[in-house]
Amino acid sequence: MSHYYFDHNATSPVAPEVLQCLLETMAEVPGNASSIHYYGQAAKRKLEGARRILAESIHCDPRELVFTSGGTESDNLAIFGIARKALREKGRAHVITSAIEHPAVLNACTQLEREGAQVTVLPVDRNGRVEPVDVRNALRPDTCLVTIHHANNEIGTVEPVAKLAKTAREGGALFHTDAVQTVGRIPVDAKALGVDLMSIGGHKCGGPKGVGALYIRKGVELDPVLFGGHHERDRRAGTENFPGAMALATAIAGGPDRWQHTAELRDRLERGILTRVPGIRLNGDPTNRIPNTANIAFEGIGGEAMVISLDLRGYAVSSGSACSSGAVEPSHVLLALGLDRDAARSSVRFSLGPGNTAEQVDGLIEAVVASVAHLRRVSPIMENRTELELAHA
Amino acid sequence: MHSELIAVAMSGGVDSSAVAALMKRQGLNVAGLTMQLWNQRRLPQLATEATTGRCCSLDDVYDARRVAEDLDMPFYVVNLEDHFEESVVKPFVADYLEGRTPIPCTHCNTFIKFDRFLELADSVGAKSIATGHYARVGYNGESGRWELRTAIDFSKDQTYFLWGLTQEQLSRTLFPLGHMTKPEVRQLAVDLKLAVAGKPESYEICFVPNGDYAGFIDAYLNEKGDGAVAAQGNIVHEDGRELGRHAGAHRFTVGQRKGLGIAAPEPLYVISTDPKSQTVTVGGNDSLLRKTLVARDINWISWPGVESPARVQVRIRNRHVPAGATLSPLPDGKVEVAFDEPQRAVTPGQGAVFYSGELVVGGGWIE
Repeated sequence: MSHYYFDHNATSPVAPEVLQCLLETMAEVPGNASSIHYYGQAAKRKLEGARRILAESIHCDPRELVFTSGGTESDNLAIFGIARKALREKGRAHVITSAIEHPAVLNACTQLEREGAQVTVLPVDRNGRVEPVDVRNALRPDTCLVTIHHANNEIGTVEPVAKLAKTAREGGALFHTDAVQTVGRIPVDAKALGVDLMSIGGHKCGGPKGVGALYIRKGVELDPVLFGGHHERDRRAGTENFPGAMALATAIAGGPDRWQHTAELRDRLERGILTRVPGIRLNGDPTNRIPNTANIAFEGIGGEAMVISLDLRGYAVSSGSACSSGAVEPSHVLLALGLDRDAARSSVRFSLGPGNTAEQVDGLIEAVVASVAHLRRVSPIMENRTELELAHA
Repeated sequence: MHSELIAVAMSGGVDSSAVAALMKRQGLNVAGLTMQLWNQRRLPQLATEATTGRCCSLDDVYDARRVAEDLDMPFYVVNLEDHFEESVVKPFVADYLEGRTPIPCTHCNTFIKFDRFLELADSVGAKSIATGHYARVGYNGESGRWELRTAIDFSKDQTYFLWGLTQEQLSRTLFPLGHMTKPEVRQLAVDLKLAVAGKPESYEICFVPNGDYAGFIDAYLNEKGDGAVAAQGNIVHEDGRELGRHAGAHRFTVGQRKGLGIAAPEPLYVISTDPKSQTVTVGGNDSLLRKTLVARDINWISWPGVESPARVQVRIRNRHVPAGATLSPLPDGKVEVAFDEPQRAVTPGQGAVFYSGELVVGGGWIE
């Protein structure tokens, strides 16, 4: 059986040119970028070259970029780096975030609370948007950081980050955004967004796993979270992963072009499902969202069952977020949109990528139609519902 | 599409791993499913080193996945925590508080492992399920009924926990280990190089660490905001003497001897508990003997029912040697069991399972 991948928001296959760049750099440049000799200089050249390419992609100064091990570390560095510094210097720290952030942000905030900081978690509207006025109302004199993601990984909603960042700045707080789902897929301009810190990851946009970056606007100071050598201007200790950095920069530079066609395919998928499957609804913001993501609730069906059923037909999609055992929990994102547990459990995320084709999408639509028909037939909840009722659900 | 697909319930233990390997070796189209039933880290005050090696622990899921990977079969973990809490944990707690001694494994088998698991099987397109239980199932063309029989390896027989299975459930269930002995299964696991071949068995109730029911109930009620059970009452000898105080009747179970906290010249056993008056009555061993019991909510398996008194053998707890008895119908679908010889510690809340030789006739809850 052939298998097709529609789960790019979990991770995406490495783009061929990225793989080539990674292998070449690893094979040809053996040194340590912090060494002073010939080998070290060659490595440093690669590292700084990667920094310049990435800086150009997101419109910042190369010195404003710190390479990390990925999105989670970037989020942790931004949040702990700013809040711990405030705690250390002022004895107080207040952080504002939203209810639908990635666990890398929410769980970092939970840990901050244990360390003595205070955290405000803002609600979102039914499309998953954070209102700037809510940020304004939550700001306090001791608010050191507002952290709200650029786009949500489950529903794809794009937040009004420029407005949110402006609001934070007016209130005297720094603004961080987790842009792991956007940078490398759509053009992102750090300066135009006006953010102070921005997390970037490699593997959601055709780069390798295990590499990311944090944009830190010039003038913003933070405490490191890893301690060791003087790497990355004393902001992130650890031997620089310059092959990874080169691959990351390459993936992001060519990303938006590779991902452009996903919008059309996503719309084709949604149209196909909407016209052929009754009793469904779209989750998230229908207009302000990243081009590759569709999140759909299928009434009367467990999202988990749908994922398994589609997998056994050769189509990889996802539902909720996996907990430590690999079992699926109802998505905190969908619950925050106001969906009840059943609706949250019945939702499936389709996230497309550069490798998908119209033929694959058409195959996926057929598989969804067949899976839904099968699952509703065997589901006791649906026994007494007619197709007509579902059509009007 | 997947007309031949069989869903294997994989717990990460030797038995269910052996089932998966057996069926895969026979060239059958199998998918492994692990049910995540309980978060072992949920009540942190109960956490011990023992929690890591328990059912539904990350280690068990890891083991199940590892076996499925080695067998090259599709594998999924499904979250049934909400269902498990509703249909197993809550009734377990309620039973204890009402003075019964429940067996959650029967609830789990009836409402989760077969009921929900068959739904899961349906949803992935599997007609049948296979589990690692030691029991045998077969169709009797004459009676038109699906029959349940004890395992060939009677020391491992698990039919005591399976009396709640319906005809429909039995018709879709395979117990490949019912014809094997435990040593054979272990040897098979070694021969097939299953990653779990040397894994020890677990006997405890999966969500109660160290068999500390009272501690679990307190922790669970605390989490729910109901606070721990504050009850206390008297320990009374059946002859009327007050022997001492206790911190909640739910901490005692019929037949219990240890942990009564009273000194007496002769061994004393719990004979009954009354949650309303919080009285725990104790007495000598002979007082535990009962000649009859009444069972309710009867599920008939190999027999369609009884119209008149019938000879059977009855088990009133797991590992209990089936005792000869006469089964008589009562109104309301209940039955009376009259034992040939008095039986020790007939405990309300436990199951009474009726056998005719190796055939499981049916079963019910002891009143």
